[in-house]
Amino acid sequence: MTTDDEMETGLAALLIEAPRSLAPGVLAEVGLADWYARFDSPIGPLVVAWNGLGVVAVEAAEDEVAFEAAHLARNGRPAYPVEHLPDRLATAIDHRVRGGRRVRIDLDLRGHTDFERDVWAKALEIPRGEVRPYGWIAAEIGRPKAVRAVGTALGNNPVPLIVPCHRVIRSDGTIGQYSLGGPANKRSILAAEGLDPDFLETAARSGLRYVGSDTTHIVCLPTCHAAQRITPAHRVPFRSFGGAVTAGYRACRECRPSSGAVAA
Amino acid sequence: MDTDDRLIAALAEDLDGSFEALVRAHQDRCFSIALRMLGDPGDAEEATQDAFVRAYRALGGYGPSRIVELRLRPWLATIVLNVCRSRLTRRPSVARGTLSLDVALPSDLEPRTAEARGPVATVEARGAVREWAALLMTLSPAYRSAVVLRHVDGLSYPELAMVLDRPEGTVKAQVHRGLAQLRAAFETAQQREHEEIRA
Repeated sequence: MTTDDEMETGLAALLIEAPRSLAPGVLAEVGLADWYARFDSPIGPLVVAWNGLGVVAVEAAEDEVAFEAAHLARNGRPAYPVEHLPDRLATAIDHRVRGGRRVRIDLDLRGHTDFERDVWAKALEIPRGEVRPYGWIAAEIGRPKAVRAVGTALGNNPVPLIVPCHRVIRSDGTIGQYSLGGPANKRSILAAEGLDPDFLETAARSGLRYVGSDTTHIVCLPTCHAAQRITPAHRVPFRSFGGAVTAGYRACRECRPSSGAVAA
Repeated sequence: MDTDDRLIAALAEDLDGSFEALVRAHQDRCFSIALRMLGDPGDAEEATQDAFVRAYRALGGYGPSRIVELRLRPWLATIVLNVCRSRLTRRPSVARGTLSLDVALPSDLEPRTAEARGPVATVEARGAVREWAALLMTLSPAYRSAVVLRHVDGLSYPELAMVLDRPEGTVKAQVHRGLAQLRAAFETAQQREHEEIRA
């Protein structure tokens, strides 16, 4: 026989401590903390941070103590280490680095300005295998004079690779800076997406800014997929958008070359 | 003002700034309810996380005036229990309520006071915990939840009535019937043990 007291004592002892991983899991799921994991990519080891709302950061890997301190200072949230990225996320980022097609990844961009988010949203519209000048983004988001601020916002992009700031180049046609480990990485990602950065820069130095077709009389930015289909016999280079208009050409509706043409 | 009153006031003022304190203060009891309802530590951790995420979203939609009216202990227990119930109904029917009496108890799930009692007592205590945990799983979910909320979590009968959404008299009867079944299961198990020793 067992007494009520024995039974109640036995049941009360069934109250135990929760696993240590429980609270961090809850906080990361609701976006009050983040997970992070190292990830080996073709451009070197990266650190990716994310939570239940989306990806928070993609950075060149540094040591964990430095990363956690910088992450807390920047985002106001702790970052907890985990062994691996979730498969879906790892696959998506790997695709990006290797120049794969667009993959849908949720982002958590809380704490950034509307202007920055506008810039990044616009960068997301640039198709794979194409580039646009900083001035193009500025014009497209309705802030044509804010070219320098666009450059700063792209430099602050917390999720490079996912928001393809590598597809935004200087208005003089040179490839420009890259926040994720420097310009060499920018060139190799663009190359993986099917562009030839050296060729682009050489063409830009020779004065090529726009390309038209003398059969359609449509003028494009040089990397626009429509421009890439123009056969050599019908390609007409232009140094300025105004020059193309004077010659009777109209702007391509896909790459909208008039955007930023004045500012550039 | 007790801890929950302070928590409630803080949640009403700054949900994001005080939600972690809520999780830390209530995670052990919520996890214990889930573990004793579901029987599996991995399932229980997932269910508890799920419950806290739901609590966070609900609090975000409530606004301060509704948050200050909350009674945290029964409110959280209700959410945990709802998550557990839906997990139990999703499980294949063979696993429901027919867990073997000798389910292994991972060493990290022993009662927190066990270590202070010395190795022999620890082994005995771990054995007892395993036994009561296994016996609980033989009860139907309705009786099990009543017994767990009253005797593992320590809710009062008025709180129990809130969580189970039944009159106080009904939940008292559920707890008593649950305990009676538990006692019967305990005695059957003991009898079996004696027979095994004699044989």
